[in-house]
Amino acid sequence: MASKSAAAHRDRVAARRGNIWGWTFTIPFGIVFLLFLVIPLVYAFYMSMYTTNVFGTKFTGFANYVRAFTDPAFLGGLGRVLLYTVVMVPIQLGLALIFALLLDAFKNKFASFSRLVIFLPYAIPGVIGALMWGFMYSKNMGPFTTIFELFGMQAPAFLTSSGIFGALVNVVTWQWTGYYMVILYSALQSISPDLYESARIDGASELRIAWSIKIPMCASSLVMVTIFSLIGTLQFYTEPTVLRNQAPTVIDTSYTPNMYAGALAFSYNQPNYAATISFSLGFIVVLFSIIFMRLTKRQSGLEN
Amino acid sequence: MSSTATSAVKPNKIRGNKKIFTIVVLIVAIVYFLLPVWWLIVASTKSNSGLFFGEHGSLWFANKFALWENIKQLCTYQNGIYWRWLLNSFIYALIGGLLSTAISILAGYGFAKFHFRGKKAFFNLVLGALMIPSTALVIPLFLIMSKIGMVNTMWAVLLPALLNPMGVYLMRIYCQESLPDEMIEAARVDGAGELRTFFQVSLPIMTPAITTVYLLSTVGAWNNFFLPQIVLTNSKLYPITVGLTQWQAQSQAGAASEQVWNLVTSGSLISVIPMVLAFLFLQKYWVGGLTAGSVKS
Repeated sequence: MASKSAAAHRDRVAARRGNIWGWTFTIPFGIVFLLFLVIPLVYAFYMSMYTTNVFGTKFTGFANYVRAFTDPAFLGGLGRVLLYTVVMVPIQLGLALIFALLLDAFKNKFASFSRLVIFLPYAIPGVIGALMWGFMYSKNMGPFTTIFELFGMQAPAFLTSSGIFGALVNVVTWQWTGYYMVILYSALQSISPDLYESARIDGASELRIAWSIKIPMCASSLVMVTIFSLIGTLQFYTEPTVLRNQAPTVIDTSYTPNMYAGALAFSYNQPNYAATISFSLGFIVVLFSIIFMRLTKRQSGLEN
Repeated sequence: MSSTATSAVKPNKIRGNKKIFTIVVLIVAIVYFLLPVWWLIVASTKSNSGLFFGEHGSLWFANKFALWENIKQLCTYQNGIYWRWLLNSFIYALIGGLLSTAISILAGYGFAKFHFRGKKAFFNLVLGALMIPSTALVIPLFLIMSKIGMVNTMWAVLLPALLNPMGVYLMRIYCQESLPDEMIEAARVDGAGELRTFFQVSLPIMTPAITTVYLLSTVGAWNNFFLPQIVLTNSKLYPITVGLTQWQAQSQAGAASEQVWNLVTSGSLISVIPMVLAFLFLQKYWVGGLTAGSVKS
């Protein structure tokens, strides 16, 4: 009896200590979470419920959302980032995977040098990357006119309505492929070589081993990287904003949803509608990530 | 197939045509990834007119080497505001990174080592926050900060950077995997308080994870563009990313006298040097951080 109640007492003390110290350690994050995530989101949602015009501000419920989802500027931007996602994500991940597999099969000094170079753009801010490529694309300052002349060809006009899509895909691919490659490469490193040793003895080719063993073994990393790249692309902002300085007629202010929200809040002074656009975009991104994680539940590393 | 014996000895070597193929692919990759960087290095040594009319094309140095003059001009143009931007970037990145890392350490440790009421729900919120796109918060933050008069202050850029759910997630995983409960229990039995246990026993073991989280949050803050571009209009508070795009826009739209292309190029080059060096020298830490979430079994 006595020992039982002593044990119960000890448990109670431990539980109380857990409660007190657990919250003490996590509360600073809780405060930051509340101040810089919950409150802004709630406030943005609240604002999106109102509309301001010359007669004042009045409650309009979901009218702003109806407007957003029938607004060609918002829908156009959304469609554009979806198109970017469909094109860019496979290119980046495909290249990252090829480089990771090659470097994994080809371990020497030259390979580690290549790995460093491919990763280098990640250490350069997106703004500077876009600035550099913007210069490179320029007819007067960039090298492509000369390079293409060498082959007797005319350089493509990058900063025109037909060239801008590819131009932006290229900037982002240059910037992010190395980052994804490093993640995939490390996943490959963690596979035990014993796994493909027997396959090799059975005479399987390197290509076959890569396809049937290595790629399935790093599936969880592939899924994670896809989510990162998906979320990043839907939020497209920095690169088109920087290139817009050089090609204002090709990239308009509603080129992507984030640019549109920024312009509405800043230049057009429509904070309520800007809040609506931001909230809608955030909602769509979360929705996409959840759907994607559900579809690939087994592989995803971001659970529990 | 012919060489099962050798392949057993050297499992990772590829030979013959495949080797040539690999080398060619990697060389093409190196050229592609280095080309803009090389262009920037060359361009930052040119004067404004050299950028347009350089004698040896855009991929080679012009006859006139103007790097030092460009740097001198960076010190005088608009009263040397460039260095102010660089300093601001350092402040935003180093201090913001430090504070957000401290918060992540505490929270990760709390989640990993204590059982408390509401923990599960709270941690699910952290995971949920990982999915919320950071840019979706920029406009709401801007609106709320204009309401309370916080726009156009350094706080407007520094404070939102404290929110780092990825840091909390990484620290929790690290504490769970590398910090044995027995060790903390032993310190408690010895009569050490929770704070003393944390500072003297746990913190030293967490050092590699701390370095990784600090590096990653610093890089995030250094690269920040959308938020400062929206919440700052006073050019004295700009980080380098916003400042340089401002000069780019001015050079594109302005009259000849306002064109400072040479400052945009040399300014860009100087601004990337610190981060590139940090990445080169701290390789093992960022590799750890980038992969911590992915190789978890």
